[in-house]
Amino acid sequence: MLRRVVRGVIGFAGFLLVWELFSRSGVVREEFLPPPTTVFARLAVLLTEPPFVADVVATVLAWLIAVVIASAIAVPLGLLLGSVPSVAAASRALVEFLRPIPSVALIPLVIVLLGVGPETKITLAVYASLWPLLFNTIYAMSEIDPVQVDTARAFGLSRSRILWTVQLPHAAPFVMTGVRISASIALILVISTELLAGGSGGLGQVIFDAGAGGGRMDIVLSATLVAGVIGFLGNAALEKVQRRWLGWDDQIDAGR
Amino acid sequence: MTEPAGTMLAVSRLQHRFGSGPDAPTAIGDVSFEVRAGELVCIVGPSGCGKSTLLRTVAGLLSPTGGEVVLHGERVTGVSEDLAVVFQDYSRSLYPWLSVAGNVEFPLRTRLGKAERRARVAEALGMVGLGGQGGKRPWQLSGGMQQRVSIARALAYRPALMLMDEPFASLDAQTRADLEDLLLRVRAEHRTTILLVTHDIDESVYLSDRVLVLSKSPATVLKTLDVDLPVERDQVVTRGSAEFVRLRTEVAKLVHS
Ligand SMILES: Nc1ncnc2c1ncn2[C@@H]1O[C@H](COP(=O)(O)OP(=O)(O)OP(=O)(O)O)[C@@H](O)[C@H]1O
Ligand SMILES: [Mg+2]
Repeated sequence: MLRRVVRGVIGFAGFLLVWELFSRSGVVREEFLPPPTTVFARLAVLLTEPPFVADVVATVLAWLIAVVIASAIAVPLGLLLGSVPSVAAASRALVEFLRPIPSVALIPLVIVLLGVGPETKITLAVYASLWPLLFNTIYAMSEIDPVQVDTARAFGLSRSRILWTVQLPHAAPFVMTGVRISASIALILVISTELLAGGSGGLGQVIFDAGAGGGRMDIVLSATLVAGVIGFLGNAALEKVQRRWLGWDDQIDAGR
Repeated sequence: MTEPAGTMLAVSRLQHRFGSGPDAPTAIGDVSFEVRAGELVCIVGPSGCGKSTLLRTVAGLLSPTGGEVVLHGERVTGVSEDLAVVFQDYSRSLYPWLSVAGNVEFPLRTRLGKAERRARVAEALGMVGLGGQGGKRPWQLSGGMQQRVSIARALAYRPALMLMDEPFASLDAQTRADLEDLLLRVRAEHRTTILLVTHDIDESVYLSDRVLVLSKSPATVLKTLDVDLPVERDQVVTRGSAEFVRLRTEVAKLVHS
């Protein structure tokens, strides 16, 4: 564990060093690709400025709301669709068809329909992040070992109890993996919509405003960095939950 | 129903095919037999002849394509109350997200209070020689230990009818002998009716009141042998008796015919 952290830090430090040297080498103009020292200095200043912090909060909030809504829709729906074998097969085909449509392409449509308020980015993020979660949940439900269900049936458990005590625990690790994939997609959609919609605040708009006219790349990169950190922390938190509650799944794999 | 009093299970003209159409494989050809309350009946037969399928229809997990199963005087249409199954795929029937104790406790959750459940679980795990292993997860145990967990789960449930599909298959000789004797004790104590599938001819004679010999697939009953050995069985004395040897030879001849 510690070794992994150390390796990660070394890798990251190496990346920053190469970036620093490259920026200062004069191959590109320093305003276009400012070195990390400049970016971090700018970031430190930005984090003390209330408007920037408000933008960060706007992005994080929209993201969290989107993930919660997507989960609230996709998980129950997936459990329902996945528990009926024929429906599972049919819905898989539909999901497979809808999934490759890049959600980013829908941004203009939704802006026209909903305007540029926060509901636009939330709607798009929910739409985009719904599919992997739905797919994972359906898959988990339909791939359960029949012996596990038969065991519960033989002991006289009702269908609803089997759902809660067998199918749900079985599906949980797949669902959790789905949530992690969905969360990363939702963040991309939130920031992309902010970038394209304008006027709704958030990190995406900071990036757009600062980048317009080739101006403040130090701000652009600072905001980008913050977006990366948000995504990283979100994933780390979900991973921790997964390990704490669903650790059995990893361990069986390790034992196999 | 017209079965004589004391009949726990009546299987008549049971037939099962998987799928439909003329090419659908027939797992069970034509099987009829009865089991009286408190009896221990062993089923032996060649691999793939339909023994597991037979147990699944008796359990009500599978509806047969022909014939009927009558349990407690009622035709089986779904899973019956008061029945426990020890599956042949014991490792797949244990839940990896539950501890060993949690697995044994699992079917008792809706039936008993917490204290009583704890006591039952501890007792059952102790009986199969897994006392103190309750906190582990199933995947941390060997195959033979997992099999004993699934046996403990059935024992803790104390069903009226216990269906066991090769429950001792992956155990070493000593553990196997111990559990055979345990099963006989439990059955004497709780008057449990037991239907047990085994590959081991000696085991079938040692445990049974009756042995049911099935034919090659699709299964029919080749013969039913009454085992007139003393009720008290002993691993050394019983297995050395002339009657035991005669019976095991007869079963062996039938199985290999
Ligand atoms: N779900 C299924 N679908 C189609 N055929 C099946 C299915 N289950 C079992 N069979 C077939 O039915 C026959 C009987 O299978 P079953 O598992 O009952 O045999 P068995 O006597 O328990 O064998 P073993 O001694 O190896 O456990 C076999 O030919 C098997 O291939
Ligand atoms: Mg079998």
